[in-house]
Amino acid sequence: MLGHEFIRNAYLAGTGVALACGLVGWFTVLRGQVFAGDALSHVAFVGAIGAAVVGVDERAGLFALTLGLAAVMAGLGRRAQADDVSIGVVFSWVLGIGVLLIAVLSTGTSGGNGLIVANTLFGSIFGLGAGQSVAAAAIGLGVVLGAVAIARPLLFASIDPELAALHGVPVRALGLGLLGLIGVVTAEGTQAIGALLVLGLIAAPAGAALRLTSKPYLGMALSAAIALGAMWGGIAVSYAVPSLPPSTAIVGIAVGAYALASASRIAL
Amino acid sequence: MGNPTLSWNLVDDVNRLLEYQFMVNALEAGTIVAVMAGVVGWYMVLRRQSFAGHTIAVMAFPGASGAALAGVPAALGYYLACGIAALTIGRAGGSSARGRGAESAAIGVVQVAGLAAGFLFLSLYSGVLEQLQTLLFGTFLGIDSGQVLTLLVVAVVVLGVLAVVGRPLLLATLDPEVARARGVPVGALDAGFLLVLGLAVAATSQITGALLVFALLVAPAAAAQALTPRPGRSLVLSVVFALLVMWAGLGVSYFSIYPLGFFVTSFAFGLYVLAQLARHARGRFAGDGPGAAPGALSDVLPHEPGPARTM
Repeated sequence: MLGHEFIRNAYLAGTGVALACGLVGWFTVLRGQVFAGDALSHVAFVGAIGAAVVGVDERAGLFALTLGLAAVMAGLGRRAQADDVSIGVVFSWVLGIGVLLIAVLSTGTSGGNGLIVANTLFGSIFGLGAGQSVAAAAIGLGVVLGAVAIARPLLFASIDPELAALHGVPVRALGLGLLGLIGVVTAEGTQAIGALLVLGLIAAPAGAALRLTSKPYLGMALSAAIALGAMWGGIAVSYAVPSLPPSTAIVGIAVGAYALASASRIAL
Repeated sequence: MGNPTLSWNLVDDVNRLLEYQFMVNALEAGTIVAVMAGVVGWYMVLRRQSFAGHTIAVMAFPGASGAALAGVPAALGYYLACGIAALTIGRAGGSSARGRGAESAAIGVVQVAGLAAGFLFLSLYSGVLEQLQTLLFGTFLGIDSGQVLTLLVVAVVVLGVLAVVGRPLLLATLDPEVARARGVPVGALDAGFLLVLGLAVAATSQITGALLVFALLVAPAAAAQALTPRPGRSLVLSVVFALLVMWAGLGVSYFSIYPLGFFVTSFAFGLYVLAQLARHARGRFAGDGPGAAPGALSDVLPHEPGPARTM
């Protein structure tokens, strides 16, 4: 299996994306910000379409839009945590712009745009080139390092914001930092498993880890490990069963892990 | 149908718009959906269940693609998938007393499980991609009178249920403890509301598409609640806003080459921003401090996570 170049690329990119998603996802779930992550990942696709309309690299659009929206969300909410109504309103509008861009794209150029839409919505990890994979792995590593660097103060600020602020922890800046990391992760994950499914790697492994252990650092490691397992397993399964899209396989395993964790918790 | 252009004679424009049966159907369907979304969305925003609403909404995608694969009508798939998702979220929320984090993770997992299944159905079906866009972003073309009738039935059921349980539901939303003490079945209302939400969302997404339901569900309700603290008045306002957004969107998109979804979401967003601006302007006008009389329904809610205004 590893003899194919596209599989090696998928594993390289997937490893970086999965580790970053698992780690950042743990904080996202802990803080109850899954909806914000969801909104960021859905608008990522608008960024990709927008880049196609303007004619620049897809990744430029992805990162510009997710990071921009992360900043807007942080600005809207108190403590850099937007409430669900403003998230919902803003992100439905951005999706509306996405619809407009699809229309512009399909009236302007000929052919291929249906493919762009499908790829950004659901990803194509087997379609990544060598350069894209290395970039994805490097960005994933960068996010992991960034998350580890702010893990301790962020944990404090998430669990008890008032006390953390009293101790001089920059609560707002940390919230913004986390949203920024979520933005980067979703933009990166969109290329691998798609704008609609990247939430699966953010929410499911972290949700499972938080159900299994209440120890923070163990939970973070477990979340990253489950995400990685889902990614590796998903790629292998979908290679073995060609009719199964890789994104579905990856998300399916992550959701299965979450269901198992919930069941074991009830059984214990 | 040629290329219609907008003139300055509004009556003439509306007349030309109503010449076509498909446009009349679209207006009827849009009106039904807007009234329903205005009411259900009002409760959804008040209960802070936007994420659950969004998740139920995107279930239309696996519903429709699963129905295509199984060879049953798409509408059946919509309602089934939305109903199942509503029940699952209700169970997950009910069993998790561990706070918002765990609940939002559960909702997120339900959502991606549904979407992943939908993507699988779609690739097994190997259908046309144009359908995918319609599914996600909606269309107002090709709505037949049978669909309008179905929407009407669903709307009557939804509004009827809400008319019966509306008051206890409001109490259970604003103050669950008091409601419980008075013998209101809070748990049953929570689960029941999610089902009603699922029904309304499944109907709405047939017009606006799975991803854009929110424009009608959240923005009008949020704008209305920002403008007045009185429940009854803001409920009416929410319906009016939803109707305005829908009619304006349909009207403009008929004369434009660009899609309905863009106009509906943009009008809804504009309305929300205007309402927020009006609220802030009024607050400053009245010398509004933290202790002043509430100017918006959200001000009287006990749901806000913490008094962090000063930070």
